[in-house]
Amino acid sequence: MIEITPLFPLSARGKGMFTLGRQEILTLNQEVRSKKSQIVVKNEKKNREFGIRTFLIACAFVSVLTTVGIVMVLLFETISFFKEVSLFSFLTDTKWTPLFIPQHFGILPLLSGSLLITLGACLVALPFGLMTAIYLSEYAHEKVRRTIKPILEVLAGVPTIVYGYFALTFVTPLIRSIFPDTGVFNALSASIVVGIMILPMVASLSEDAMVAVPRSLRDAAYALGATKLEVATKVVVPAGLSGIISSFVLACSRAIGETMIVTIAAGATPKLTLNPLESIQTMTSFIVQVSGGDIEHGSIEYSTIFAVGMTLFLLTLGINIIAQWITRRYKEEY
Amino acid sequence: MSIIEVRDLNLYYGQHQALHNINMEIEANSITAFIGPSGCGKSTFLRTLNRMNDMIQGVRIDGSVKVVGEDIYESRVDVEILRKNIGMVFQQPNPFPKSIYENITFGPRLHGITDRNKLDEIVESSLKAAALWGEVKDVLKKPAYGLSGGQQQRLCIARALAVNPQILLMDEPTSALDPISTAKIEELLDELKTTYTIVIVTHNMQQAARISDKTAFFLNGELVEFDSTPVIFQNPCDKRTEDYITGRFG
Ligand SMILES: Nc1ncnc2c1ncn2[C@@H]1O[C@H](COP(=O)(O)OP(=O)(O)O)[C@@H](O)[C@H]1O
Ligand SMILES: [Mg+2]
Repeated sequence: MIEITPLFPLSARGKGMFTLGRQEILTLNQEVRSKKSQIVVKNEKKNREFGIRTFLIACAFVSVLTTVGIVMVLLFETISFFKEVSLFSFLTDTKWTPLFIPQHFGILPLLSGSLLITLGACLVALPFGLMTAIYLSEYAHEKVRRTIKPILEVLAGVPTIVYGYFALTFVTPLIRSIFPDTGVFNALSASIVVGIMILPMVASLSEDAMVAVPRSLRDAAYALGATKLEVATKVVVPAGLSGIISSFVLACSRAIGETMIVTIAAGATPKLTLNPLESIQTMTSFIVQVSGGDIEHGSIEYSTIFAVGMTLFLLTLGINIIAQWITRRYKEEY
Repeated sequence: MSIIEVRDLNLYYGQHQALHNINMEIEANSITAFIGPSGCGKSTFLRTLNRMNDMIQGVRIDGSVKVVGEDIYESRVDVEILRKNIGMVFQQPNPFPKSIYENITFGPRLHGITDRNKLDEIVESSLKAAALWGEVKDVLKKPAYGLSGGQQQRLCIARALAVNPQILLMDEPTSALDPISTAKIEELLDELKTTYTIVIVTHNMQQAARISDKTAFFLNGELVEFDSTPVIFQNPCDKRTEDYITGRFG
């Protein structure tokens, strides 16, 4: 709130103003003048403001520089990779065996691994996350909401290694009891658990987007005879769509980038397959595998990390761009 | 014939009693105005008529509200059908963040109308009834938020009319509008009353005097006086009514 102090004291306003005595006018002038000096003179507060501004700009600059640095490193190493491997074989070869002879550098197995995990995770997280959000924002009593919301936020902060072991020691045996042929390492277990990991984020962020939809829009729909479900699906979700889509995108990006769970539960077998019961390898877990081994710095094996990293980066960037486009297209402004 | 009959209605927000023993009969095809100072329970009472208070947690109601002879608080009543038959327009224009066309068809679609031609027809007739057709007929696919405040409010009226209600409840529908838009809506109400029963909350007494057939004066959750508008404004029985309309308080 900005408080506006009147330039004229109250007594001087209205009727009285035209019947001021000489003395009163003098004091009035003085007051106006003193107000004026307050308005014009630069004070210490201004200097501090300037200092803080400079500091904040510097902070913003640091993060921009870091990003630029990362992209540069990625770019240079990727270029040196593509001096030895053709882009064509990188994109079309169906085998990925950079660590054995004969070496193959086809990204497809890793890409399919990552996409399999992400797809599975999204199938778990998006519908359940959205439904949780709808429940919390439209159905749950205030008390329930206030209890569950912080729990979701805590869940979103559980270290992924915990989820990894949850996948390996709980979900995998469960899957194997249903499909006995399933390997100890399999994509299904990992993708379900990645889904569980990102679910709270989807639920929490989508719920934020829905709660932000004004009460008056809900009232309008109720007054037309809409049921709760209709209000949720036809008013609240469309109005909060841009926020909901951002939560989906963030969740997707996290699923693609997820490393620990897939390394522990999905194995390290780069394989071009759509069968979720087999062991696969994702781009991230390949990077972990190579970074952990004793690969010679500057070798072709070493620069595979960056080529894969670059692919990952472009993929996430692509998803973000598509999502922005969708958001802009379907955004309902209120 | 009275279309709404309220008997011994009490309403509580938790511990706080907001309405005290209200009795009222509202005539079909008339305009009934509710006046009274802020916080006296006008909106609360209006919302009991289409059960919009159901959405507020901790609300308790006793007494009866009969619409066309049926007690609307009985458990067998379908609230959605009730609200379809009793439209509502709010203080702030609240169009959906969708196109003008979609705003009008929202209600009809809810109630199962999907035929394009039928929907087009409804859009045209509702907008005409709300005196907005001429201004928007070429921009039906444009967002409703592009309209001015007064147009938005008329759109909200059209949206309410699109589901073909019998009664129209309006909670200070012009308080957020400029005088010209207000005049347009008042003129509109006069036409609408041949088809609909209108109940309007207003804290603008001139407005009540101009447009309504009957006026109810509320104070502190009680219905102080309810009579034909000329009587209330020229010859009120109750001292408190007289004080209020002569501007002695509120
Ligand atoms: N949602 C609510 N919860 C609790 N008390 C409310 C609520 N809405 C209104 N009230 C109270 O009920 C009384 C009547 O309010 P309202 O019907 O909005 O008055 P009016 O429309 O005449 O200004 C006021 O005392 C108000 O504080
Ligand atoms: Mg009110």
